[in-house]
Amino acid sequence: MSFHPQMDYAPARFHRSARRLADQGEPFAFTPERQAAFDRSVARYPADRRRSAILAALYLVQEQQGYVSRQAMRFVATQVACTPAEVEDVVTYYVMYYRRPVGTYVLAVCRTLSCALNGAERVTEALAEALGVEPGGTDATGTFTLTEFECLGACDRAPVVMVNNEHWQERLTPDRVPRFLEDLRARGLAALGGCLHAGAEPGDRAS
Amino acid sequence: MSVSFQPLLTRFVREPGSATLDFYRARDLGYEALRKAVTTLQPGEVIEQVKASGLRGRGGAGFPTGMKWQFVLKDSPKPKYICCNADESEPGTFKDHLLMERNPHLVIEGCAIACYAIGAKVAYIYIRGEFYHVQRILEREIEAAYRAGFLGTNIFGTGFDCDVYVHRGAGAYEAGEETALIESLEGKRAQPRIKPPFPAVSGLYNCPTAVNNVETLCNVPLVIAHGPEWYAAIGPEKNSGPKLYCVSGHVNTPGVFEAPMSVTLKELIFGCAGGMRDGRTLKAVIPGGSSTPVLLPDQIDIPASFDAIAKAGSMLGSAAIIALDDTTCMVWMAKNLLAFYRHESCGKCTPCREGADWLYKLLARIEAGEGRMADIDLLLDVSRNIGGKTLCPFGDAAIAPVVSTIRHFRGEYEAHVREGRCTVPAGWRGRGTAVMAH
Ligand SMILES: Cc1cc2nc3c(=O)[nH]c(=O)nc-3n(C[C@H](O)[C@H](O)[C@H](O)COP(=O)(O)O)c2cc1C
Ligand code: SF4
Ligand code: FES
Repeated sequence: MSFHPQMDYAPARFHRSARRLADQGEPFAFTPERQAAFDRSVARYPADRRRSAILAALYLVQEQQGYVSRQAMRFVATQVACTPAEVEDVVTYYVMYYRRPVGTYVLAVCRTLSCALNGAERVTEALAEALGVEPGGTDATGTFTLTEFECLGACDRAPVVMVNNEHWQERLTPDRVPRFLEDLRARGLAALGGCLHAGAEPGDRAS
Repeated sequence: MSVSFQPLLTRFVREPGSATLDFYRARDLGYEALRKAVTTLQPGEVIEQVKASGLRGRGGAGFPTGMKWQFVLKDSPKPKYICCNADESEPGTFKDHLLMERNPHLVIEGCAIACYAIGAKVAYIYIRGEFYHVQRILEREIEAAYRAGFLGTNIFGTGFDCDVYVHRGAGAYEAGEETALIESLEGKRAQPRIKPPFPAVSGLYNCPTAVNNVETLCNVPLVIAHGPEWYAAIGPEKNSGPKLYCVSGHVNTPGVFEAPMSVTLKELIFGCAGGMRDGRTLKAVIPGGSSTPVLLPDQIDIPASFDAIAKAGSMLGSAAIIALDDTTCMVWMAKNLLAFYRHESCGKCTPCREGADWLYKLLARIEAGEGRMADIDLLLDVSRNIGGKTLCPFGDAAIAPVVSTIRHFRGEYEAHVREGRCTVPAGWRGRGTAVMAH
């Protein structure tokens, strides 16, 4: 029910609701390398402020098991000295954490204005059609998850797609979508164009 | 109609290797401003110089930076912090992205001088989670700065210690609001705090804190290196210094352009960004990011400065100029932006959390051809109940696209309701073919 006298319930397709608990998952602990990486992150904050490293811990969890399970949230709570509920509070707020298993490649198409003015909606449609999924879904082979994201901060190179939270493809047009998917399947993340301003050389890349 | 101005912040960004310390030392400021600050100036003198330069914050509000630093409690026994706001999430903004990727040492030098000025020993650069490629460049270059002795302990043998850390966010627009950023840094949801107390009194870990935008901090070394008079002479009075403009949308050559704030919006769109694409005409301009009211083509022959754009009824904001051509349906545009705001509302206050959702639903209904005439006034009514009634400026930002498009393009809303469809000529360009089918 709506509490505004004139604002009735809109048709279901305009309604939002995405509340779903995270998957339970297996008992979780960091691998030794990730534990070391976490310890380095925590050292950046005052000793009594371990909780500041919660986002870093969750990224490491996601790197290790592909998503953040409820078991992993409990583990993170012990690492950063807070309650599991506080970890869940954080996980459910930030959009870059997955609460259930996702495809090998998570395609996040920017849907905000500058990209939309350059046809981002049609890119999403082309991807959805090629993969046979709606945004939010994972294709039948478990290879691709399609999502929509808000402005990625590269609007001069619209439409932009971010892959697995870390890799970018700029100026993806609907007609290039089949080729884009084919290349990703064949060559993996190396197929992506990356995000780099004009003039930069490969040596300028971070990795 | 191009702008002749020797860029100061982005002069070398097109050159290979511009991100490295060697390049920065050979060609750019090379930490000489930091040296000058810590070896020849007292912290208070640094603040005085920044005040005299007239530098105003580039993060959105245009607040004088020197004054912000002066408010930081000097006598507090607690540690003090600089937070560099690299969340850059305002739709249409991508200038900090360029600075951090191609000129990271200017950012780092700015952080270090800011720390010296307010008596902090630590700066956290809060970078949005999506900028992972930029984060790696920053971390690599921070390490280089440590090795060269520009960060760490006893910098330039003066006893000044400074650490700079990068903190990665995880996808939340609201984390750009300064107190929400602090909450997020503390490991919580990015939801704003009630002010006062302001961060200058009680910010990160309840310690005195200054939150500054990336571009703001990049201007600080310029002020110190060349002096406040030199800096204040760039651009119009009270709007001094070089400014980065992000131009995107239906223009030929979108990108980041650096100019003094005397440059006009018209010059930026038709000169720097090459004008409208495909011989189309300009329909409306968003001058400062999606949170700022739209301007009409006859309103853009004005300087792109804080004061001139405010006088025209909008805001410079984050200087994200989005140019819309005549194929753009304004109802669709407002719906697109409200989809953003309802998604990004942090949910802490009801008018914003519920109101943004209602606005979106109403716009979606009108855009889908199922709206009623009364919905248009209902949009305004809901907007009135959000504007000025929320904890942070997000609420005002969310209603800006709705109120300003109804003001200037009410006819388009009415046509949608009357005809049950979009009547904008060639209005399919921004939208998908599937949407057109309705
Ligand atoms: C909803 C909201 C989002 C914001 N996002 C950003 C942002 O992404 N980057 C930024 O620098 N400032 C952002 N700001 C402005 C900050 O709150 C703050 O004013 C700014 O970081 C101060 O820096 P400055 O004085 O250097 O401009 C945002 C403000 C609001 C209300
Ligand atoms: S106005 Fe919106 S974003 Fe700001 S605190 Fe309230 S709910 Fe959160
Ligand atoms: S709108 Fe897509 S990157 Fe900004």
